[in-house]
Parts: sequence; structure tokens; C-alpha cells
Amino acid sequence: MKRTQKQSQESRSKITRRGLMLGGAQGAIVAILAMRMRKMQLEQANEYRMLSDGNSVKIRLIPPARGLIYDRNGALIAGNEQNYRVTITREDAGDVPTVLEDLRRLLPISEADAEEILAEVKRRPPHAPVTVADRLSWEEFSRVAVNAPALPGVTPEVGLSRLYPRAEDFAHVVGYVGPVSDYDLSLIENPDPLLSIPKFQLGKTGVEAKMEEELRGHAGQRRVEVNSAGREMRELDRVEGDPGENLQLTIDYRLQNYALQRLGDESAAAVVIDVTNGDILAIASAPSFDPNLFVRGISGADYRGLMQDDHRPLADKSVQGLYPPGSTFKVVTALAALEAGVIGSEDTVRCPGYIEMGGRRFHCWKRSGHGHVNVVQSLEQSCDVFYYEVAQKVGIDKISAMARKLGVGVRHDLPMSAVAEGLAPTKAWKQERYGKDWLIGDTINSSIGQGYVLASPLQLAVMTARVATGRAVEPRLIRSRDGVEVPETEAPPLGLEEDWLDHVRRGMIAVMNGSRGTARASRIAAAEWKMAGKTGTSQVRSAVVDNHSVPWEQRDHALFVCYAPVDNPKYAVSLIVEHGGGGSSTAAPLARDILLFALAGGVPPLAAYPEGARAKARDLHEHMDLVDPETVPTSGSSRA
Amino acid sequence: MSYLESNLKTVPTGIRKVLYLNWPLVFLLAAVACTGFLMLYSVSGGDLATWSEPQMKRFGVGMAAMLVVGFTPIWFWRNMSAVAYLIALLLLVAVEFFGAIGMGAQRWLEIGPIRIQPSELMKIAMVMFLAAYYDWLPPERVSRPLWVLVPVVLILLPTFLVLTQPDLGTAVMLVMGGGIVMFAAGVSLWYFGTVIALVVALVFTVMESRGTDWQLLHDYQYKRIDTFLDPAADPLGAGYNIMQAQIALGSGGWSGRGFMQGTQSHLNFLPEKHTDFIFTTLAEEFGFVGAFSLLMLYTGIIAFCLYSALVNKDRYSSLLTIGIAGTFFLFFAINMAMVMGLMPVVGVPLPLVSYGGTAMMILLAAFGLVQSAHIHRPR
Repeated sequence: MKRTQKQSQESRSKITRRGLMLGGAQGAIVAILAMRMRKMQLEQANEYRMLSDGNSVKIRLIPPARGLIYDRNGALIAGNEQNYRVTITREDAGDVPTVLEDLRRLLPISEADAEEILAEVKRRPPHAPVTVADRLSWEEFSRVAVNAPALPGVTPEVGLSRLYPRAEDFAHVVGYVGPVSDYDLSLIENPDPLLSIPKFQLGKTGVEAKMEEELRGHAGQRRVEVNSAGREMRELDRVEGDPGENLQLTIDYRLQNYALQRLGDESAAAVVIDVTNGDILAIASAPSFDPNLFVRGISGADYRGLMQDDHRPLADKSVQGLYPPGSTFKVVTALAALEAGVIGSEDTVRCPGYIEMGGRRFHCWKRSGHGHVNVVQSLEQSCDVFYYEVAQKVGIDKISAMARKLGVGVRHDLPMSAVAEGLAPTKAWKQERYGKDWLIGDTINSSIGQGYVLASPLQLAVMTARVATGRAVEPRLIRSRDGVEVPETEAPPLGLEEDWLDHVRRGMIAVMNGSRGTARASRIAAAEWKMAGKTGTSQVRSAVVDNHSVPWEQRDHALFVCYAPVDNPKYAVSLIVEHGGGGSSTAAPLARDILLFALAGGVPPLAAYPEGARAKARDLHEHMDLVDPETVPTSGSSRA
Repeated sequence: MSYLESNLKTVPTGIRKVLYLNWPLVFLLAAVACTGFLMLYSVSGGDLATWSEPQMKRFGVGMAAMLVVGFTPIWFWRNMSAVAYLIALLLLVAVEFFGAIGMGAQRWLEIGPIRIQPSELMKIAMVMFLAAYYDWLPPERVSRPLWVLVPVVLILLPTFLVLTQPDLGTAVMLVMGGGIVMFAAGVSLWYFGTVIALVVALVFTVMESRGTDWQLLHDYQYKRIDTFLDPAADPLGAGYNIMQAQIALGSGGWSGRGFMQGTQSHLNFLPEKHTDFIFTTLAEEFGFVGAFSLLMLYTGIIAFCLYSALVNKDRYSSLLTIGIAGTFFLFFAINMAMVMGLMPVVGVPLPLVSYGGTAMMILLAAFGLVQSAHIHRPR
């Protein structure tokens, strides 16, 4: 459509009119902005200048007290101690090197530290305080406070610092805090302004890291009037922050302490679960370390020592460590076979000491063979051939499905660092991971917990608890938050027939109490605490050689899982001793002792031990340095 | 008159295009950008590499983009208007699904190393499309209800998407930017009167809905409104920014505290001091003289654009130029009003001064369109 000249003229003049109107409106708004500028900057300038100048008013953050962590009885695991420190602010100090030189006459600050402080002061914004020295004694602190008027920009402060009174006992579960690093900040979007406080303590591992948000609390703010040297003259007003949440763990500090001491010098881990509600009563990884070292800034030598130790003290073996579960996994294979209907309860398999498969011999641990064994006997005597035979009929996928049902090969949701998923292998998994077909030999290996199968001590404890109860027990670590109990949920049934579970339990009871039980020597003698268990020895190397003739790191891992009392299960324990040799000889006595301690609620009476073990138990307990409940603080902050 | 009828022989070609550039506009833009470099240098505590240098690089690239866009004939851009709008709309939808979360809102889209903010692109694309629409629409139909409804839908569609991000500032700018083009195109004043009445009613409803289960805005948005109405009520919380910004601004006085001497700005308590609140640093360090000068530079840019639009006989060129100038005006007017406490804090940057890649590049490219309209105007 062609427009006429007239139309075009009209539309042009309309645009011009409207354009001028817009220009007028914009001009008016510019005038308003200019008037506002004039009013604020010329008429009210003096008021604002005063507000800004005295400047006088500064906002200071009040760091909240970090939430405390207690054990299930209210014993303090992580507390806060008073920390006297001195900070310096470039903006107020002016000539930082001179002020620092003056300060060095009052405090022992080394040349190297002084240089580091100067670099730090230079790197941070001028208004940001930098810590010059902390953990000062009261004398040192008051010396600085008295001389403060001669030290512009220097502020003596009292802060709180994390203290772990139970030192090594909870190093892995609770973890530790440390000063915020640039790396930490880079991981957080929208970091809390609190994190910019110098040496602010942030959870680095364990519960401290996983529950950081809850433990940290919210900053308060103070408005203070300061003089030109930055010294506070008076506080104008104050909004208190919220302290972090106090957490209560499900762990029993005495049991934890006992477990760790009982593991001794071994590279080992133990987990104790209350099977009725999933509460983790103890979760120990040995050897441990002192988390307080990390809070104070660990020295290079200490750190190297921890890193170079072949027993890996920094690793939390209880949840991060993955091991072939060995014969403890037979519980899974047995249940899978019963569920699949491959064997009936009284069906027997003949064990000649080995089976031949594809030109390869798979041996039973007992070369001479077990003869005819049923499912209960197969557990009692830990016959390998029985499982080689039934596993071939069940198939790996059903075995692994049973493993996951029992909690092996699934990640349990606990607020701890790097909780491992483990592995319950399937045909599809091998195809995807290695691009190879699943072989029958793989099934045979898996049936006795070797080959690809991997489980953490936590998962084995869950497995034991589930077999003991027939319910899908979920482990939990947090008992209450700020005094509010985390509700216990009743675990749903696993959906396994009681008859199948009963056979497996009978097998496990026979392991401890049967005439041929592999762990008979480590049973509990007290009838009311009768226990059930299963040994495991998982191979680290392929050739079968006597354990004592090879170096430590090539010896087999010793495993043991157990629960008690058998009539009315209360506690389940799993335990692994890395390169410990045999499950029955090394792991079973340790696990039994820890289980007994839990059952007895303290050092167990000697009568509970089998006669042959009493002398050794008495000797052991006499030499233990167990925590004395009288000395454990249960209140808030403890003084340094 | 439209280019369909105009004599293409009068259009400059080759090197003559350079002579026909709107040179005053180029200098004004450069002056504003330089102010920005200076202020970014100051708020970073005297460090070039933090903000100033990247900003300079972007300005260089942006100026080059402006020239490329400017030397491309305006009729090409008119034909691309609908495409630009569609692309911007698709990107906005994409942000809904793949956008990165920043500062509690979903605004960015990351394509490889490039991070773009489609809502910035939309501000310009919408002006282009509306200008093209009114160029196509016979003038006598401009005020007919059905033909008014079309641009309203075109404006509300992206506005709705932006609101869900949520980004109130951009949503307001989209509606007002679109409204400016419609106004310039000659839509009857009755419509505008009705809309203003409706907005007043809406504001009333929104405030009434607070605390009920059909609450229309996020809590933080209500908080900002509260804080705007009475900053002193919450001086340590949300009102803190506004109070501190005003102290900084007011304490600048006539000639300011001097470059890099602003005490308020160098206390880290002003968040976003390199983006939305950068004007306070300028006002504190260069005082009324500095702040007013920047306002005059901005006003100059608007004036040259408006003049260019009014002398241009091509309808698309005029509307486009008015629309872009209007959007640019909204940027600095809203930002300044916000930091001076005349408006709630809605998160609009100071154009060409605040630190930020997308906004600067897109604004300069938009001025490229203004240049193109200027160079290729019918003579």
C-alpha cells in the first residue's frame, strides 16, 4: 500500500509532536534529579559530611558462637574456647610497618610472621582487620590492651575458637574446622559476610563440614562510634546474632572411646549400630589424629607425619574405606539363593574342596573339603564351594540386588565426608565399565565377597542390622538439633521371608556357638547376650601364601560382622582390620569386645567371656586408659 | 516517507559514511565510558586489572560493534527487527530452562565461554520490532484497539518471562521502553491514561495481597518497598545500602573529597559498589560538580539522539532512535533515582559506567543502530 504525501506529512508531524513531548518529560525528570543532587550535595552536605566524617559510625559484625556438638548422653564433643587475639587494620594504622614494629616489642612475633602479616595487610582491603597474633596468654593480651592508645589500628579482641575436648576419639566423624581459605570462598556462591572475618573458622571435614550451615549461626551487628585512629569510642546499638544450632549425635562417647582404644595400633575401623532405630553408637577409624592440631594450624612436620604414615590416620576407613567383604558377604549370597528358590533349607551341596570351572580350579579355604553341607552349616564352617555352586544358579544380578537391599553398594545418607557408595556389581555394570562380558568366574568370586564386590564397614554394619531385624534399618548420626529430637522412623520390613532370615541367623549363631563355628573362640559366654556373627578374610593378593611370611601391606584384610543378643537383637557391629590376617583370629575378638562393651554399658564383666579368654580380657582392660565419665564436660564453652 | 520511495543515491557510501557519523554522540559516549573507567579504578582501590581493564576492553569491542552496526544500512536492520525479537524471546525462554543462578535470580545463559543476559538484548530487540511494526502499520490505524493490542502482547510476553526470573528492574524497563515507542508512534493518549490508572490500582492490589496466600511478589521485594518508604526503619538490614549510599552521595558536597579519597566508598559496606551503586562513589569523590556533569553528559546523549530522530524523515529510523534513547534514559534515570532515594532499589546499572559486559556491549550496539539511522537518513 502506497502512502499518500499527506498521510506521510501527518505522521511526521505527529512523531515530532510526540518526540518533543517525550523530550520535555525527560527534561523534567533530569531537572528533578538535578534538584535532588543539589539538595543532598549542597544544602544537606554538612549533615551528610558529619555522618560520613566522624565516620565515626562503623558497622562491626559479631561472629555468632558456633553450635556445640554433644554425644547421645550430653557429653561435649566439640566446644568453643576463649581466644585472645590482636588484629590490625591498615586504614586506621596508617604506617603499618612501624606499628607492627612497636607491637613486636610487646608480643613474640617472629621476623617471618611479621613479613607474612605485612603481605596479608597489603593484599586485603584497607578496612579489613588482619590477625597479628592469636591464642595469646592473658598477660600478653593485657600488655597490648594497656598500650593500645600508642598503637593506632591495633585491636585486642576476645573471640571463640573451636576445641575438641575428646581430641582423637571423634576426629573422623566430627571432623574439624579451620580458617576460611580463598579456595573455600571460591566454592561458595554469595558467601556469608562472616566468612570475610579474618581466620573465621569453617567446617572442613566430617559433621563440621556437612552441617556447616546449621552450626555456623547468623552474624549479629554492632554500630560503633570510632575515632580517627579507628578505636572504638562507644557502642551505639547492637543486634545480637543467632548462635549456631547445637547438635547431638547418636554416638556414645564411652563406646567410641573404647572402640578406638580396642582397635589399638591396627589400621582398622569399627561401626556399632543400634539395630532397633539405626542410631550409630560408635564409628571408629584407627589410627586417629588430634583435630585440634588443624584448628590451630598444623605444623609442616606434623602434617607430613600424618600423610606419610602407612596406616593412613587421616582417612576415615569406616565410611570411606572400601574393602572386598570376603566371607561376610556369604550372608547376602545365602539370602539371594533362598529367595530365588535355588536351594531349600535342608538341601545340601557336596564340597570336595574345590570346583572346576572352565579349566580353572576354585578352591575352598579348606583344601580337604567340607563334605555335604546345608545352608546353616555352610555359614558355620564358611564353606566356599557351597556358594560357588549356588551362586551359579542364582546369577550375579540377583545377588547384587540382595546386596543393595541389605545396604551394600548403596550410599547411606550421613553427614560425614566422602561416604562411599561401594559396589554390588551387575552384568550391565561390567559391560559399561570395562566393555567386557560378565564371566561365570566373576560370579564365583563375587559369591564369597571377592572380585568386584566392595563394601565399607558402615555398609556391613547396616547389612548385619538388617539381617538381624528383617527391617530396612537406615543408619543415622544426628539425634537432636537444638534440643529438638530428630524423629525416629520405624524401618519398613525388607520383604524377606522370616524362614530364610531364620536360616541365615542360625548359621551366624552357629559361627559363634556351633562346635565347628569359625569364630567359636570369640563367643560371648553370658547366655542373655548370646551373639551371632560371620567371619571374613579378604585377599589382598591372588596367590595363597601363609600370612606371616609376607610383608604387612600384602596380608589379607580381617573382617567380622556380628549382632547380639540373638533372641532380641539390640546391637550390630562390623569391624575390619586392614592386613590383619584372618577374620576369626584378628577381627572377631575385637568386635566381640566392642559388642560386649555396648551390651554391658561399660567395661564388661569377666563372666561374659569364655573361660579361655578371661585372663587376657582382664589384662587388656587393666592396661586401657578409658575415659572417666566424671571428667567429661557436659556444659557449653570450656575455658582454656 | 519510507525508503521504499526515497532516493538511494543520496545515501553516503564508502568512506563518506565516516563523515556522516553522528560524531558528537560518539564523543559523549566515550566521555561517559571514561568516567566509568575512572570510577572502577577508584572502587577497586587503585587496581587497574580488577574492573577497569576488562571494562576498557569491552568498551573497545563495543565501539567497534557500534561502527559495524552503524555502517550497515538501516533498511537491513529494519528487515532484521522481527528476527532480533524472536531470537531474544527464544533466549529468554532458554534462560528459564538452562539459565545460571546469580544473586538469587536466573538471568544468565552460558554458551561456551560467553555469558549473556538475554533480558538486556530484549530491551533493544523489542524497540526494534515495535518501530518496524509502526513503520509497517498505516498511521490511521495506530490507535485502533486491535492494532494496539498487538504491541501490548509483544511487550508483555518478554516482560512476563523476565518477571519469573525474577528481575523487577528489567521488567519495568521493558514495559516503559515499549510504552515510549508506542507513545512516539502516536497511540492515543487515552490508552496511556487508562494504563496509568490501572497501574495505580495494581500497586494498591499488590500491597494489599501481602501476607495473604495469594501474595503477588517475593518477600524480598516487599522488603525493598518497605525499606524505600522508610530506610531508617531497618538501618542495619535492607535499609543499610540506601542509608550508606545517601551518606556517600551527600557528603560529596560541592566538589567532592577528591579522586580515590571517598571514605564511604572505600569501606566495603556498600555492596555492588562497582555495579549498581557506582554513582555514589562518583558523587562522593567529585561532588555535585562531578555528579551534575555526568547527568549533563547523559542528557546530551539523549538530546543528540532526539534531534537526530526529529530531523530524520524515515519513520522507522525516528521511532527506533527515540526508543533507544528512551531506554537509555530509563537506565540512568532509574539508577540515579534509586541511589538518591527517590525510588526503591530495583537493580538497574548506571549505563556505560557500571561494571558489566552484556549491558555495555548491547548499549553500544544499540547506539550503532542510532548511527545507522543517522548515516542513512533520506536527504
